[in-house]
Amino acid sequence: MAVQDYKPWGTSPFLQLQAQIPLQSKPEANSVSRACWHSLPQLCSLHGLPSSARSIPCQTTLLKLPTAGPDEMVSEKSHLGDQQEPGHEDPNADARPLSMPTRRGPRSLPPIPSASRTGFAEFSMRERMREKLQAARSKAESALLQEIPTPRPRRLRSPSEKELETEFGTEPGGKIQTTQQEDDSQSYSRVKFRDSVRKIKSKTPVPPGFPSAEEAYNFFTFNFDPEPEESEEKPKAKNRDGANQEEGEGEEEEAPVPEGIDKTDEEVLLDDKDAVDFLLGLDRGAEDIVAVRPADYESVHIRLQKEKELLFIPSRRTVPTYKKLPENVQPRFLEDEGLYIGARLEVPRTNQNIMENRLLMQEPGRRWFGDDGRILALPNPIKPFPSRPLVLTQEQDIKAELETLYKKLQALRNAVQVSLNPAKTPKSLDTTRRAINEYKSEIRQTRKLRDIEQEKDRTLLKTIIKVWKEMKSLREFQRFTNTPLKLVLRKEKVDQKADEEAYEAEIQAEISELLEEHREEYEQRMDEYRSAHQQWKAWKKAQRTKKKKKKQGVEEHPDDEMEEPYPEEDPVKPVPPEPTNQAVIEQEVRERAAQSRRRPGEPMLVPELSLAGSVTPNDQCPRVEVLRREDVKRRSVYLKVLFNDKEVSRTNSRPLGADFRVHFGQIFNLQIVNWPESLTLQVYETVGHSGTTLLAEVFLPIPETTVVTGRAPLEEVEFSSNQHVTLDHEGVGSGVPFSFEADGSNQLTLMTSGKVSNSVSWAIGENGIPLIPPLSQQNIGFRSALKRADAISSIGTSGLTDMKKLAKWAAESKLDPNDPNNAPLMQLILVATSGESYVPDFFRLEQLQQEFNFVSDEELNRSKRFRLLRLRSQEVPEFRNYKQIPVYDREIMEKVFQDYEKRLRDRNVIETKDHIDTHRAIVAKYLQQVRESVINRFLIAKHHFLLADLIVEEEVPNISILGLRLFKLAEQKRPLRPRRKGRKKVTVQNLSDGDIKLLVNIIRAYDIPVRKPITSKFQQPPRSSRTFSEKQAASPTTHSPTHSADYPLSQVLVRPFVEVSFQRTICHTTTADGPNPSWNEELELPFRAPNGDYSTTSLQSVKDDVFINIFDEVLYDVLEDDRERASGIHTRIERHWLGCVKIPFSTIYFQAKIDGTFKIDTPPVLLGYSKERSVVAERGFDPVRSLSEGSYITLFITMEPQLVPGESVREKFDSQEDEKLLQATEKFQAECALKFPNRQCLTTVIDISGKTVFITRYLKPLNPPQELLNAYPNNPQATAELVARYVSLIPFLPDTVSFAGICDLWSTSDQFLDLLAGDEEEHAVLLCNYFLSLGKKAWLMMGNAIPEGPTAYVLTREQSHYLIWNPCSGHFYGQFDTFCPLKSVGCLIGPDNIWFNIQRHDSPLRINFDITKPKLWKSFFSRSLPYPGLSSVQPEELIYQRTDKAAAAELQDRIEKILKEKIMDWRPRHLTRWNRYCTSTLRHFLPLLERSQGEDVEDDHRAELLKQLGDYRFSGFPLHMPYSELKPLIEAVYSTGVHNIDVPNVEFALAVYIHPYPKNVLSVWIYVASLIRNR
Amino acid sequence: MAAAGPSVFLLMVNGQVESAQFPEYDDLYCKYCFVYGQDWAPTAGLEEGISQITCKSQDVRRALVWNFPIDITFKSTNPYGWPQIVLSVYGPDVFGNDVIRGYGVAHVPLSPGSTSVCENICFRHKRTIPMFVPESTSKLQKFTSWFMGRRPEYTDPKVVAQGEGREVTRVRSQGFVTLLFNVVTKDMRKLGYDTGPPDTHGILGPSPPQGLPG
Repeated sequence: MAVQDYKPWGTSPFLQLQAQIPLQSKPEANSVSRACWHSLPQLCSLHGLPSSARSIPCQTTLLKLPTAGPDEMVSEKSHLGDQQEPGHEDPNADARPLSMPTRRGPRSLPPIPSASRTGFAEFSMRERMREKLQAARSKAESALLQEIPTPRPRRLRSPSEKELETEFGTEPGGKIQTTQQEDDSQSYSRVKFRDSVRKIKSKTPVPPGFPSAEEAYNFFTFNFDPEPEESEEKPKAKNRDGANQEEGEGEEEEAPVPEGIDKTDEEVLLDDKDAVDFLLGLDRGAEDIVAVRPADYESVHIRLQKEKELLFIPSRRTVPTYKKLPENVQPRFLEDEGLYIGARLEVPRTNQNIMENRLLMQEPGRRWFGDDGRILALPNPIKPFPSRPLVLTQEQDIKAELETLYKKLQALRNAVQVSLNPAKTPKSLDTTRRAINEYKSEIRQTRKLRDIEQEKDRTLLKTIIKVWKEMKSLREFQRFTNTPLKLVLRKEKVDQKADEEAYEAEIQAEISELLEEHREEYEQRMDEYRSAHQQWKAWKKAQRTKKKKKKQGVEEHPDDEMEEPYPEEDPVKPVPPEPTNQAVIEQEVRERAAQSRRRPGEPMLVPELSLAGSVTPNDQCPRVEVLRREDVKRRSVYLKVLFNDKEVSRTNSRPLGADFRVHFGQIFNLQIVNWPESLTLQVYETVGHSGTTLLAEVFLPIPETTVVTGRAPLEEVEFSSNQHVTLDHEGVGSGVPFSFEADGSNQLTLMTSGKVSNSVSWAIGENGIPLIPPLSQQNIGFRSALKRADAISSIGTSGLTDMKKLAKWAAESKLDPNDPNNAPLMQLILVATSGESYVPDFFRLEQLQQEFNFVSDEELNRSKRFRLLRLRSQEVPEFRNYKQIPVYDREIMEKVFQDYEKRLRDRNVIETKDHIDTHRAIVAKYLQQVRESVINRFLIAKHHFLLADLIVEEEVPNISILGLRLFKLAEQKRPLRPRRKGRKKVTVQNLSDGDIKLLVNIIRAYDIPVRKPITSKFQQPPRSSRTFSEKQAASPTTHSPTHSADYPLSQVLVRPFVEVSFQRTICHTTTADGPNPSWNEELELPFRAPNGDYSTTSLQSVKDDVFINIFDEVLYDVLEDDRERASGIHTRIERHWLGCVKIPFSTIYFQAKIDGTFKIDTPPVLLGYSKERSVVAERGFDPVRSLSEGSYITLFITMEPQLVPGESVREKFDSQEDEKLLQATEKFQAECALKFPNRQCLTTVIDISGKTVFITRYLKPLNPPQELLNAYPNNPQATAELVARYVSLIPFLPDTVSFAGICDLWSTSDQFLDLLAGDEEEHAVLLCNYFLSLGKKAWLMMGNAIPEGPTAYVLTREQSHYLIWNPCSGHFYGQFDTFCPLKSVGCLIGPDNIWFNIQRHDSPLRINFDITKPKLWKSFFSRSLPYPGLSSVQPEELIYQRTDKAAAAELQDRIEKILKEKIMDWRPRHLTRWNRYCTSTLRHFLPLLERSQGEDVEDDHRAELLKQLGDYRFSGFPLHMPYSELKPLIEAVYSTGVHNIDVPNVEFALAVYIHPYPKNVLSVWIYVASLIRNR
Repeated sequence: MAAAGPSVFLLMVNGQVESAQFPEYDDLYCKYCFVYGQDWAPTAGLEEGISQITCKSQDVRRALVWNFPIDITFKSTNPYGWPQIVLSVYGPDVFGNDVIRGYGVAHVPLSPGSTSVCENICFRHKRTIPMFVPESTSKLQKFTSWFMGRRPEYTDPKVVAQGEGREVTRVRSQGFVTLLFNVVTKDMRKLGYDTGPPDTHGILGPSPPQGLPG
């Protein structure tokens, strides 16, 4: 029975243990422990230990034993009793106290009875026990005596030493024999202890009645000795409680002894340590000996020595090869034998040596070394180029295997076939038939080849003749001959008749062959047809019978129909193949023959080239020719021979012959030591006595080993030089175009080129042996092997293009098929050796690609899922943010692709549905394309990262920043006028819906139009429709006749409120009073990005606008009866639109905040409201404001959190500008940025094709339309205004919206007019150009304005003052106008210079526009860099077509119709009545407005309206905007809110007028009004 | 539809950010977040977390123990963009500013398994992630950043989970963080993705339907 180690995951050990502790053992155990008890104090005193130390667990010596099966659990459990006691009482005092303090304190073991860890079979015998005790005591004493001196020094050991000891102790395996028994047991105990401690830790609390924690602890730290018999243990368990001490001892005694070992043995064991050793060595598995011994001390010396035994330090020296290889074996180098072994990983030599030494020491078996004496290693897995991971390797293997299997199978089948026909004749027949077939195919092949060759031959002959003719003509033209070349065409007469016959015969033969071929094919097909026909017939039959059956069985088996096979596999009736038409074939053959063959009877032409021609002598040549010949004579050529890139010899210098030939005729013998790696000839040319020039290098192939002297053929190697030589005589030179023709056409460029005839071969020694270096001598086998495998060195470069030659070479060279370098060639060899002589005329680059495709291309294209994945990874806008692509194709709806496909389709189709006129549709299409290309460019640029994109790093503070910080410390904590502080910017990555809010702070407004008092004499509004406030105000003075006179003082002039709408969310402020209201309210609007995509690109392309509408809240008293007035108030609130401010979201996004006073966009005519009154009222105390025309609102708009706008495209665009100029621009910009980093400085811009262009090239006087000039021939100011208006009518389209990357593209004015869309720059450039052509001094002004941000304005100089023009609105401002939206000026750009503002201020109010002062304006071109006269990119002249009036009228009708429909749509629950009379009145009125540009017509208009619509209450206004698309018009009408009236008897009027300007610029007027009939 | 098989697979991850070894620093806390592809969506659990501040243990191991639990479930249709856990460790410097002490990233283990031991196979997903911080661009920058307590940081810790743009940065290694994962997957095998170890007692679902995703 084996003793087992206790397993921690055993089930409830305590329970079992209790039950099994034997009763019998009680008395003995008692006695033993008692004895121990007595001896303990003695020991303690001996050691001088405090008695408290007794409880410190000491080290036990346990023997670790192999685990055993669960059945043996019992035996060990029975020891519980024994192990508990020692913990309490320390019965075995002999060893414990000694070892206890010496070894690790807290981790050391509990006390254990140990010394006499021997077995006892009988426990009923008291005497024996006593004896035993005696022995134990004596032993303990002796041990004590030995150990006394040791403990102290040990206690002083440092923890590290202890650590060492433990390490030492835990590896007992090797030491059992050498060290003492104590050592062994100690180490074992330690191991054991650790195990047991771990076990304890994992234990759950002990249930009541079970051993206490301490007991358990002792139990576990104790060792379990084997029980001889289970039966004996049982009684033990019973008397466990009482038998504490005895058990401890008894256990020990009985434990190690297996059954059958008798008393004497134990005694021997007790006394004789050798025997214990013996036991341990022999019988460790079967028993467990516990002995407590002090750990012995080793001196450093000894330890070092031991270490020496144990530790091995491998030497770094190279291991001689014989050590690594088996005896008497020569190293074998596989690579030299031509096998591919792959490149090894680079490992330093020393490391290799260390490893080899180590391996040699450890594993003398030498399995680590290969045949070449090196460590076995796999080739380097790292490829020099990125490659796709091997995904399908396994399948590949399987596939290959399958293939071989398949082949085998086939071979077997063949064999079977053959063996099935044992008779010999059929076999041979079979083979002959096959042979015939093969021959036939060969014949076919050869015929094809022959045809090709013949054709080539003929064309060659033709070209020869042609060239000769050309040469002849040239000679005639030059009137001299240079070369003795002469071509003679020898005609060979042929017998016409015989020839014809032969020809015919050949054709016939071919025809018959072809016929046969066709016949075979036909038969084959016929067979197929027959079988197909049979099948079809059968099917038909079956069908018929089925039909019959069906008819019969419909009643009986109604579900028969279900089983009916679907007609899906309806076999089509096969069509019999057409028989071959002999005539057709014949014709084909004849045609081919006529093409490629000599016609019968035609004489055979044999060209012969001879040098018999006569060269014109010098004196008959023209002067230049003579010069040339002399020049040629002066030139000489020699060759250098380079071997392995070293010059070894050179030829004599030989003069160039008149026919450009040089004959050297020299043989160079090279005696070489190294393997030849390269052989090069360098061709040098010497002119007269001047220096030599290297013409070209010619690389010669290293000859094959078979090529020896005498057998080497003369080879010609072509060379060519790329030198440019221009000669001053007739010679053509090199690299210089010239012409053979008299008129200089057909220019040719010849380079110096030629041929070197040479032969290279190996010499033959004296005894006829070729002197070729033996292969083994090649020092670096691998490299030279590669050399041999190098196709170029063996067949020459020209061979590479000749597929046949290459294939032949590949087949002959016996390449290593395993070398991946040879893979492409192996493919070739496969083809070349596959039997047919066919060689493909392509060379596959990725011959393994096929195997790496995980599905076929068709499948890839068919699968909707793969398509979706692919489109997404390509960042196609529709799919860029597609989330959760479904797993299955069937879950992907077809409509996902609809938008995308539609867009692809529409790219080429111009849709006219959305765009009313085709021109704009084309423009939109074009813009779309430009946009796409820009976006693509941007997408590429987006993947370039800068450090700042990834890492936030504080900049090194400079003095100014530090100073600023210091200054900040002194700043007031709560300044009187607080300023807005900058907030931390947020990157857009981790945002989601609802995170971003738009904050609109509406502060105040100025000069809101006020209601006009109703002063009309002839129309007093009825009571009920008077305004509520009016009534209130009026009520105290009802009786006053001067009602209208004091009206302005008492009446609330206007009650405005502001409504902000963004993304169809609407917020409004409270209502304020008066024309200068102050709200100071913050409105919060949520922002939603399209598709929930908060990336920078997506946010940039948000096209939504923020509409800030100002309304007047009007209360109408709707009380019907005056009598109720006392009891209740019934009013209706109406809102009257006064104007709006529209701010694009993109502006807010890029500006981060918008702060300022904006002009409210009010309709030109606002019926019922006027401004004069307020001006009159306030003129007294606000003179500045009164200067302004129009209303203003002060706003602050920002986003929360602040978003970081995307960076502009960091891509360097190519340019056609001079490099110097570009450098100057960079320098200029850097200088400007250094001084005034916030001022805009523009020198180069990007044109629409993506090229960098210098900005002044855009400015050039351009003619405005003549029509505009004719309008006010005598008033230049009016003309200028009209021109500005014309420019402002061109629709505005910001680049940032259209080109999602902040990439500002500038189009030229003609492009701009063609596109009819552009942003500030284009407008400004056009306006500036017009002004220049009008003779004004005009500049482009770059600066910051509100709300646009960085923008372009136009500055003009009038007689005495400057005017600032807003090109997008057509408005102009004086330099000192406070309401000018331009807030800062960065630079001025004229047609020939750029001036940067270096004044202290940049506000136009405070700067001087005199650009001639260099202290105020830094100019780009100055004296040091004069203006080089850059040509303009603008066209010479703008051409304007007159707009088709009829088309405009048609458009006008359509818009009106659509808008009317829209208004009806917006009022789904109300009836919308149209007042035709009013509409026609309005329509009549709109052209007036256009003519007067919306000014000074209000009064007339109102009067007229009142006259015509006397009994209606009218509210409405005209809207004016440039025409671009329909959508903005609809939006504008919607934003006025006219349709919101829900008074039951309301009527509407809507009129549209389009005024066409030249070049299709359309000005749109929409008059929208609501009418309420007064009762 | 239900009979046709699942249309998503689920990945449940729990575990903990166990401990860290930062030989030079003390009083550290750690933040984790998950980065996953477009086809992934968390269905339950916390995507981000920030741990308590921990001090070094007094024993020789000098470990910083957080034992900070992770528990999250994802659903997905495509293994591309498999979730990665991004860790960033912060702690005070000499002047008491919280500075970055390390960034690290690890993919959530692909194969299901827990830290328990069963049948002699221990599916233990224990990951020790080396941590690193970006370096300053120059010596002067390094000094000032040390002085000001504003060390270079990534604009977004999630940068470490992406390969793009890393070429512009330089980093230095700082220490290690040990993570434990228990991973449960559902329906992966049914959808044709086999990631687990040879599953001896796993019951194969109905044969994968046609149009297997790749």
